Formats: sequence, structure tokens, C-alpha cells
Amino acid sequence: MAGIPHDHYEPKSGPEKWLHSRLPIVGLLYGTIMIPTPKNLNWMWIWGIILTFCLALQIVTGIVLVMHYTPHVDLAFASVEHIMRDVNGGHFLRYLHGNGASLFFVAVYLHLFRGLYYGSYKAPREITWVIGMIIYLCMMGTAFMGYVLPWGQMSFWGATVITGLFGAIPFIGEPIQTWLLGGPAVDNATLNRFFSLHYLLPFVIAALVAVHIWAFHTTGNNNPTGVEVRRGSKEEVKKDTVPFWPYFVIKDLFALAVILTVFFAIVGFMPNYLGHPDNYIEANPLATPAHIVPEWYFLPFYAILRAFTADVWVVQLVSFVTGGIVDAKFFGVIAMFGAIAVMALAPWLDTSSVRSGRYRPMFKWWFALLAIDFAVLAWVGAMPTDGIYPYISLLGATYWFGYFLVLLPLLGVIEKPLPQPATIEDDFNSHYEKPAE
Amino acid sequence: MFKKLAITAVAALTFGAGAATAAGDSGHKMHDVDFSFEGPFGTFDQNQLQRGLKVYTEVCSACHGLKFVPIRTIGDDGGPHLPEEQVIEYAKNFSVVDKETDEDREAKPSDHFPGSALENAPDLSLMAKARAGFHGPYGTGLSQLFNGIGGPEYIVAILTSYTGEEKEEAGTTYYENTAFPGGWIAMAPPLYGEDVDFDDGHSNELHHESEDVAAFLMWAAEPKMMARKHAGFVGVLFLTVLSVLLYLTNKRIWSKVKGPKKKH
Ligand code: HEC
Repeated sequence: MAGIPHDHYEPKSGPEKWLHSRLPIVGLLYGTIMIPTPKNLNWMWIWGIILTFCLALQIVTGIVLVMHYTPHVDLAFASVEHIMRDVNGGHFLRYLHGNGASLFFVAVYLHLFRGLYYGSYKAPREITWVIGMIIYLCMMGTAFMGYVLPWGQMSFWGATVITGLFGAIPFIGEPIQTWLLGGPAVDNATLNRFFSLHYLLPFVIAALVAVHIWAFHTTGNNNPTGVEVRRGSKEEVKKDTVPFWPYFVIKDLFALAVILTVFFAIVGFMPNYLGHPDNYIEANPLATPAHIVPEWYFLPFYAILRAFTADVWVVQLVSFVTGGIVDAKFFGVIAMFGAIAVMALAPWLDTSSVRSGRYRPMFKWWFALLAIDFAVLAWVGAMPTDGIYPYISLLGATYWFGYFLVLLPLLGVIEKPLPQPATIEDDFNSHYEKPAE
Repeated sequence: MFKKLAITAVAALTFGAGAATAAGDSGHKMHDVDFSFEGPFGTFDQNQLQRGLKVYTEVCSACHGLKFVPIRTIGDDGGPHLPEEQVIEYAKNFSVVDKETDEDREAKPSDHFPGSALENAPDLSLMAKARAGFHGPYGTGLSQLFNGIGGPEYIVAILTSYTGEEKEEAGTTYYENTAFPGGWIAMAPPLYGEDVDFDDGHSNELHHESEDVAAFLMWAAEPKMMARKHAGFVGVLFLTVLSVLLYLTNKRIWSKVKGPKKKH
């Protein structure tokens, strides 16, 4: 791959040369696994491996679950119980798969906030970032549709509420909603298409992950200093980097083992901790649950969706200007998708010439506030819509947009950055003693 | 309907912030019961499950069903574990509609328990999980690791919180029950104490009967709980060892590149 100069695979024996001249697959793998990686990467750079593992875990457990699952409104719930009771190890597979989704999102959020803090989204890594955002959207779609499959109460009503959002789009909303559902309401057609897409999307994600990796292997990894690896010669590169194998593979595997220890404790000892008890009641279109709440990983954006009610002045203004076409419901939908869109636009909204938050004294604090804001939004997303909660949602949503649309452009202009190390090697040597020979 | 226990959501583990349990309409406090199957190493008490099965069979099954539970599983190790002849005998208590002939016949162990006999009585197969209410500090629910999910406690509370008051509404009789959201339930008090005689001579006071049937319903909802905990424990053990080995390997590999951290 292009980018940082490094040693390439040299076929030596006859068969190796034979294969290499026809399909340089060994060379490709060698280049990928031996890629020079900044030697100062910290523990926030482990999430990529965790995410790759999660994808594999979900695909493998999912494929086995599908062998025993029946996508039909009359049979789905019972087939899940069949998995839980009669299929060998089925209960554990299902809990791995359900909690695996949560682990996937924990990892993706930490990965994403890592990128936001260390400026990984900035040139030349914009494509990596945007592809990451598309992967994240695909994950949300996959998780949402997966949650519908057991056909419990929360499956059914969650699907009803979320697809209802599309109905809020003016003029074309209702046809879109009908098209998504395959009918006027959530029913067998909905379950079938969600099942089909839930199986398809993970493979789309896998392909996107390959492109994601391709992109950042072309630009090289970012690192905690945000200073680029020197590329003048292989000698210079060697001073700033170490090969991915074995240094980071082993480090990442160690992190993975620790995280999986906690994960197995949850799956083994409290597998329903992150789920909703209501989903153990079979879907009933005639009985609406008292609280319809999405899975925890959607809560921050769900809070933003609900923040913009009809009594908020921005909503009233927009509604007035558009002659009522954009009402509160549609505004909320725009806000929710907008909250993700502004993240995707971060590379172009951030005007600072300094990449890493480490050397940005003002940015640091606003970033910390963004992380807190995210947690607060997640919390308030699960709260009822009365009392003080709507105000907290509104405040949280406003800060979210303010951070990306106002603070990121502004800080780059007014902030005086701290001095950055000249090279990664300098930074590394200022932190660690020379290794004993 | 069950606002009391319906947890609105459990916020992310990582955020540390939990969702609160929605406050009950009746403000009834649930009492924790020290069931044998709670905690990472808890196991079902076979005798208790057999007693609970008896309460279910003689009382609850008159109205309720267990349609997701195959009858043969009451012979499973880790469950009530009845001997095979007794399971075959037990199945004959119920009649089912044969799938092929469409005619009523005596149930066999391979059949499932029948569904609810009374239309408005819910199926109890998953009740212990569907009514889980995660207690714990700040509603984070983390204490369920040791205290269980709260579903069986809710069932005990329902069975023991009748006040004796009744009222008629639109032809249905409602019974005042302080544990039920809304305070009035359509189920007549099913247990008064001394309703069944236990073969093991265990006390059949109301609260014992209630706890036994609640434990049985937890097993019915999660029959593989013990296998799951076991697998989880083996996983944790194996991964801990693996973590230590990888830690040491990692340290060794990096020692050629990285010296000790400088003190500033
Ligand atoms: C006379 C018929 C009858 C018998 C016997 C009976 N129940 Fe019920 N049960 C009902 C009905 C009817 C409801 C629905 C009550 C309602 O929704 O108001 C119900 C509801 C319940 C609920 C659900 C409460 C909720 O939160 O929705 C539980 C748990 C329950 N019964 C447990 C039991 C147990 C355990 C037994 C045996 C000890 C039992 N029942 C015996 C009729 C019965």
C-alpha cells in the first residue's frame, strides 16, 4: 500500500513466486499486518480490534441463530424460546448475540470519541472518518432491525415508533413509511424484510470496514500527538513506528481479553441487564406498553429527537418560515439525523491547524463537556417527557450542535495552541527511558 | 400496566448513570427474597422447584398456562428433576389437541404445557423475566448481579399483598392488591396458605408456597440459568488466564522498544 515507506513481501521459493505473479495475496496480507504503526499509540487505539471482533462475533453467532429462528409473526417469539430452551447452547448464543450488540456500541462510541479528541478526522483522514460514519449508520440500522426479530412487545412498539418517524417527512413521508413496513402497519411483511436486511447489512459493514482500513493504511494511523510519521526514508520511519505485528496485535489482543472477561461475566451472570423486561412478552398490537424506550445505544439521539417540541422557539420560527411544512415532529427527525451529520462534517468544521486535543488548551475543556453532554443525553433519553427532562434534553441537544457548528470553527481561530513535539520519536523519548539492552 | 416494575431503560453500563425504576402507582415496596438461585454461583433448589411445580399444578394451572415449557423438561437435571416415570405420569394431568388428528388426547412428556385456560389470565412461561424490576443503587440495577432480576420477588409480592377488599366493575370482580400496579387485580387470591400438602413435609404457609411457586416460575422462564452461569464462569476463568499471559507477552515484546516511564 502507498503511504509510509516500509519493507515489502519478497517471494522466495518457487511456489511463492508462482502465486505472487498471479495473485499477490500474501503480499497484501503481509503489507497489512506489518504496516508501520506509530509507536506512541495509547490504550484508546485498541477499539478498532475490539470492533472487528464484535463484527465477527455477531456474524458467527447470528448465522447459527438463524438456523433455528422463524421469521413469522405467529412463530418468531416461540422460535426464540425454542432457541433458549431446546437448542444446544442456544441460550448462550442468543445472549452473546444480544449483549454483543451492546459491546459493539460501547466500543464504537469510545472509538468515535477517540477520533474526535485526537483529531483523527482531519486531513488527510477525512475519507476514513466519513466511511466510519457510514459504518456507524449501518450498525444502527442493523441493531434496530435485529431488536425487532424476537417479536416481543418492545420489538413491535419500537419498530412502530421509529418507522413512524419517517412518516413525519412532509408529503412523501407516508408512502415511505408504508414502503419500509411493507404495509400500513408493522406486521409480517415488516418482520420479513427486517430479517432479510438484518442478515444483509453486517456483510455490507464488513466490506465498509475493509475500505475503512484501506483508507487509513494509505494515510497511516493518527497518533496521540497528531504529528505525522516522518516519511523521508525507511530509517526515519523506523524511528517513529513499529510494525503492527507483533507489537500492536499482542497489545490489542491483551485488551480484547480483558474486555471479554467483563463481557462474559455479564453474559453469564446478568445477561438481561441491558434489555427490557417487556420484550419477554409476545408482541401485541392491541396493548401499548407504558414506556416505549429504545435500546441504550440509541438514547442520546433519541433524546435529541424528542428535545425539539412545538413550544421551542426555533421550532416555531422554522415552522412559521416554512409555512408549517416543517412541524415539530419533522424538526425532531431532522435534528436527530442532523446530530449525526454534523459529526460526519467535523473534518470541514474544525478550523484548527493542530490535530491532537493534547495541544489545544481550550478545545480540551469543550471536548470534555461534549463527552459529558453525550452521557447526559443518554440518560435523559430514557426519562419521561415531563417535568424538567425536556429542558435538559434541549440544553444537551443545543450543546451538541453548538460544539460542531460554532465551537469547532471558532476555536481554531481564537485558540493559541501549545507547542507540539517535532516528531513522534521526540514525544516517545520524552515519556520513556531508553530500553535496557 | 406494570409501570411499577417496568424499568424505563438501563442506561449504558459505561455511563454509570442508570435509569430509575418508574415509581409505582401504589408505592408498594418490594421485599427482596433470598432465593437460592441468585448471585453468580446460585443454583436452583430441586426440592423447592418440585414444591413450586405442585403449587402450580394444583392451583395456578386452573387458570394460567405455560405454553413455552415442554413438559419433559421437568425431568431435566438442574430443574425439578422428576424421575422419568413420574414425568410420564405427570403429563397425563393435562389434555392437549393432537397436531395431526386435531383431537383431544392425554399429554405426553414431549408436549408443551397447555396455554392459559382462562382467557384473561396471562401465560406464566416468561412471567418471572417479563416482570423483572432491577433494583439497586440509583436504579443502576447493578445489584441484580447478587440479588437477581426481581421478577420472582414481584410474583411473591403479588401473591401475598391482597388486602381482602373487592369491587365490581363492568361485570368483573377486582381484588385489591397493593403490589399490583393500579392496586386492583382481576385475579382472585389464589393462595391462602395450606392450599397444598408438600411431599417433603415442608411448611405450606402462604409465604412459603408463594416463594416456591415463584422459584418454579423463574426456572420455567430461564431453565438454562445454571448452564449459563457455569459457561460464563468458565469463560471468565479462561479469559483471566489468557489476559495474564497476553499481558506478560506484551510486556516482553515491548521491552525492546520501550523503557520504563520517565518521572516528571
Ligand atoms: C382463578 C384463576 C386464577 C388462578 C387460580 C391464578 N390466577 Fe394468576 N391471574 C389470573 C388473572 C385473571 C390474571 C390477570 C389479572 C389482571 O391483569 O388484572 C392473573 C395474573 C397473574 C399474574 C400477573 C400479574 C401482572 O403483573 O400482570 C401473575 C404473576 C399470576 N397471575 C400468578 C399466579 C400464580 C403464581 C398462581 C398460582 C398460585 C395464579 N396466578 C393463580 C387468574 C388466576
